[in-house]
Amino acid sequence: MIGLNHYLILSGLLFSIGLVGVLRRKNLLMLFFATEVMLNAANIAFAAASHFYGDLTGQMFAFFIVAVAASEVAVGLGLLIVLYKKQGTLDLDDLATMKG
Amino acid sequence: MEKFVYIALFAPLVSSLFAGLFGMTPKKMFVGVIASLLLASSFVASAILAYHVNLTGSGIHVTLMDWIGAGDLKIPFGFIVDQVSVSMMVVVTLVSTVVHIYSIGYMDHDKSFNRFFSYLSAFVFSMLVLVMSDNFAGLFIGWEGVGVCSWLLIGFWYHKPDVSPEINPSISPSWAANEAFIVNRIADLGMLIGIFILYWNVGSLQYDVVFAELPNLANGVLVAAAIALFIGAMGKSAQFPLHTWLTDAMEGPTPVSALIHAATMVTAGVFLVIRAHPLFMMTPEVSYFIASLGTFVAIFAASMALVNRDLKRIIAYSTLSQLGYMFAAAGLGAYWIALFHLAAHAFFKALLFLGAGNVMHAMHDELDIFKMGGLKKAMRWTYIYMGVASLALAGIPPLAGFFSKDAIIETAFNEGTFILWAILVVTAGMTAFYSFRQVFLTFEGDERYKEFGIHPHEMYKFVLIALAPLGILAVIAGFFQKTFQGFVTDLLPNYEMSEHTHHLAMILGAVVLVFAVGGIALAWIKYGKGLKRNEKVENGFFYKLLKNQYYIPQFYAEFISKPYAMISEIFWKSVDMKIVDATVDAIAKTIHTTGDSTRKMQTGNLSNYLNWMGVGVVILLIAAAITPMLG
Repeated sequence: MIGLNHYLILSGLLFSIGLVGVLRRKNLLMLFFATEVMLNAANIAFAAASHFYGDLTGQMFAFFIVAVAASEVAVGLGLLIVLYKKQGTLDLDDLATMKG
Repeated sequence: MEKFVYIALFAPLVSSLFAGLFGMTPKKMFVGVIASLLLASSFVASAILAYHVNLTGSGIHVTLMDWIGAGDLKIPFGFIVDQVSVSMMVVVTLVSTVVHIYSIGYMDHDKSFNRFFSYLSAFVFSMLVLVMSDNFAGLFIGWEGVGVCSWLLIGFWYHKPDVSPEINPSISPSWAANEAFIVNRIADLGMLIGIFILYWNVGSLQYDVVFAELPNLANGVLVAAAIALFIGAMGKSAQFPLHTWLTDAMEGPTPVSALIHAATMVTAGVFLVIRAHPLFMMTPEVSYFIASLGTFVAIFAASMALVNRDLKRIIAYSTLSQLGYMFAAAGLGAYWIALFHLAAHAFFKALLFLGAGNVMHAMHDELDIFKMGGLKKAMRWTYIYMGVASLALAGIPPLAGFFSKDAIIETAFNEGTFILWAILVVTAGMTAFYSFRQVFLTFEGDERYKEFGIHPHEMYKFVLIALAPLGILAVIAGFFQKTFQGFVTDLLPNYEMSEHTHHLAMILGAVVLVFAVGGIALAWIKYGKGLKRNEKVENGFFYKLLKNQYYIPQFYAEFISKPYAMISEIFWKSVDMKIVDATVDAIAKTIHTTGDSTRKMQTGNLSNYLNWMGVGVVILLIAAAITPMLG
């Protein structure tokens, strides 16, 4: 029988994968994918908890996150295209203009 | 009548602010004219108030607003115009009006003409706050206000460089200004303590409340308060041992010396003693000390004036000496006589100073009377004014000084303090001698100034006319002695000579007169025909002692200033630099090095930043996990 814990473990695993992606990947586009993974990990946790408690608030929140993620990707990808046109690369090691 | 109180008080403030608007701009004649007109309106208002107070016999008490309220301390912004304060107001505003008009002529060529009027009017405002306040707090604020204005005006020519004390004992205007301010600060501490003592024991600073409560206080408290307040008065009135600043204050422009350091501010100490007379009357030992100190200062200052060569310093010493007379009278309980001498002295001393200013103006700022002589031809009117003022100062009847000073000397006799009486009589002779030594050396005899290529010229006409009120008052003020006595003794305790003294009055007056005339005659014999210097006397011990002001400035420099500077240096180098500064520097250095080393985190690489963010999240999670365990 699949219970709440399985969903939460799955969510946790996905989140960790996303986090490692954010920390280790060097390509900005890959970083975006990784953040999407983390957002969806949170969505799974919300949906599962919502079902478990019989409270729709969690599912509503999941929808909300989907909407925010969509707009974020739209803006973020636009910025990435501009950045690529300017710098010719999306590799983070080559984009060190903020060095203090 | 209230509106006249406000006009009298605030017209000088308006004048000061108005002149201040033009403080940084070149000379504008209308600034001086408007300032003088405002001061004149203040004088007219004061005169109307004096008439009103005389008519009704009661004071006017106004409260503008509640000013300070903290706990039990309540200080209203209140002013009282009674017989004592209105006498002071009339004297202050009259002399300052004349001095303002005079300054238009005297400061003619000064590039800070407008600034000068701003300061001068600000001084008058502070002085009026001082005399009109109905509580000790207001008095103290006026007291400090006149101190600040005095500092500003002594150091008015702040750009003059420091020179060695052998060339100019005052060193420089800024030096003299600082000296005056610091010496006054020492005395003000005493005054503050006196005010605190009264507040602690009475719970109010209002004059009427404090004086009504005095009989219920312990004798020790009264004596302590009286001594502390008198220390404040000693500083402002330059009594020994805090007298050195007054002669150095002569570095300021001459109208300042006339207004602040002769006629008004320095008499604030006497005013304080008169104002707080209920306190001093209950402490006869302190009062007797005041009288003795005053008498001592009278002869002490007069002796230094005997040999001085500096025109303004001689008059400054004479101011000191006359302040001594005032304190002698106030200490002996003759408050109205002290106030009368204060007023009379203000008129003739201001006249004397302004006359000296005319001489300076004519002699291109030369002050050495040995280099003058024979000026009467070029400066006839100034000679008359200074002559009249000196006659008044010497106490020759029927001029003002005779009535006021004679009354003080008579008081000393009446109280049975014959030593004080004898000293005061001798001082009267010395006063006459040094006043006329100065007058004769300046105006009579051979024209020594010709050697120095100076062409003296008389002062402007309007200045000479403006001096006339002071000249007339120096002559006739004495005739109002009885009127004045009747006026102020509504408030002050009356002081009448005993029957015995009354019988001897003629003889006593004659004794003083003999000394005064003797002094003048001696001055004429020695200096009337010209300057004959006597090397033997000038190199003698006493001459040198007097010339060096009894070596008191040197003593202060050696035994107070220098040890103080040494201690300051030790504290500077060991405490301030090694402890205070080191601590502050260490804190700054730690922060700087931490920042410098953590700066390396800022690689500009987003990936690194994200890793650091991960580290931060982990640390926060650990902290969140640990905190509940720690409880």
